[in-house]
Amino acid sequence: MHELSIAENIVEIIHQHVDEDRLRDVRAVGVKVGTYSGVVADSLEFSYQAITAATPLEQSFLALEQISFVVECEECNQKLINDDGVTQCSSCGSFKTKIISGRELQVKDIELEDVKKELV
Amino acid sequence: MSVLTIERKVLEKNDDVARRNRELFAQHKLFVINLVSSPGSGKTSLLEQTLKHLNGSLRIAVVEGDVQTDFDAQRVAKFNVPVVQIVTNGGCHLEAKLVHDALANFDLKKVDLLVIENVGNLVCPANYDLGEAMKVVVVSTTEGDDKPLKYPGMFHHASVLIVNKIDLVPYVNSNPEVIKQNALRINPALKIFETSCTTTKGIPEWCEWLRSQTKVRDGSK
Ligand SMILES: Nc1nc2c(ncn2[C@@H]2O[C@H](COP(=O)(O)OP(=O)(O)OP(=O)(O)O)[C@@H](O)[C@H]2O)c(=O)[nH]1
Ligand SMILES: [Mg+2]
Ligand SMILES: [Zn+2]
Repeated sequence: MHELSIAENIVEIIHQHVDEDRLRDVRAVGVKVGTYSGVVADSLEFSYQAITAATPLEQSFLALEQISFVVECEECNQKLINDDGVTQCSSCGSFKTKIISGRELQVKDIELEDVKKELV
Repeated sequence: MSVLTIERKVLEKNDDVARRNRELFAQHKLFVINLVSSPGSGKTSLLEQTLKHLNGSLRIAVVEGDVQTDFDAQRVAKFNVPVVQIVTNGGCHLEAKLVHDALANFDLKKVDLLVIENVGNLVCPANYDLGEAMKVVVVSTTEGDDKPLKYPGMFHHASVLIVNKIDLVPYVNSNPEVIKQNALRINPALKIFETSCTTTKGIPEWCEWLRSQTKVRDGSK
């Protein structure tokens, strides 16, 4: 599995959006993970913790949002959650369907702790 | 707390390089397939049969991806075609950058068809675009007919399914029709071929189709 390199990509993206002196303030990093993104959630979280340990990002963590595999049927217009990956419409049996979601792997947002005012 | 909304694809770096590869392929009017399967389904065997059948009529180059060894590249080199072996050293899939670097070894002007044999793995290569025109997934009759239902991700991304080792059907508990039906439930648009690399059954049909695809994209060469 390649969760380690995925975690490295995520760290790189964080670095592109957060100034170096604010990395310590990063907390939840929202990531959308589709059922068929090819990524195992636990393993990704573990990899992220491992590579950010003892770095300015050590207090940050991944907040994974699982995205179901959804197809839309062009015959009966229903949207169906088919987490088994089947694209055939489970309602009318049609094969004329479109994949709506379930393959995403995206950094959605980055949460930052507000800078603490220095005590005078 | 403040929140930065960014919406960035985690694999965008790979996608960017894949896009550049695709532009390069288009520029040289090159048809490129990405061969994927579980370990041992017969990707290299299919490639050997394809080279035997098409060598001379199409100019073919090969990129081999394996976790370790250059055995597959050695098998392909016997056909006197340009071949580069990528050793991923543990990596479970090829990435666009690895393919991009490998391309430097070819004179792309002199190639009609590029075959990239990915690392034997039915999960990870699905999500890494290499810049290919299409993914071709090989399933063999010894793997269990439920393979497509167990690994849907790869079948979503593939354009062609090759059911290989059909010579073994009498000896294993397999029904190629079931493999095909299962695959079509995952992706009804799949173009399907049945092949045997030992008897060569189905190889001519596959090769003719491959030739037609290469021509369609390359009227001028
Ligand atoms: N009987 C039979 N054996 C086959 C056929 N195709 C391949 N094999 C055998 O299956 C084994 C694996 O074939 P390869 O071509 O090396 O498979 P591969 O997918 O390239 O394997 P990796 O690159 O290691 O993932 C070899 O022993 C082949 O001789 C076939 O159509 N029929
Ligand atoms: Mg091989
Ligand atoms: Zn329907």
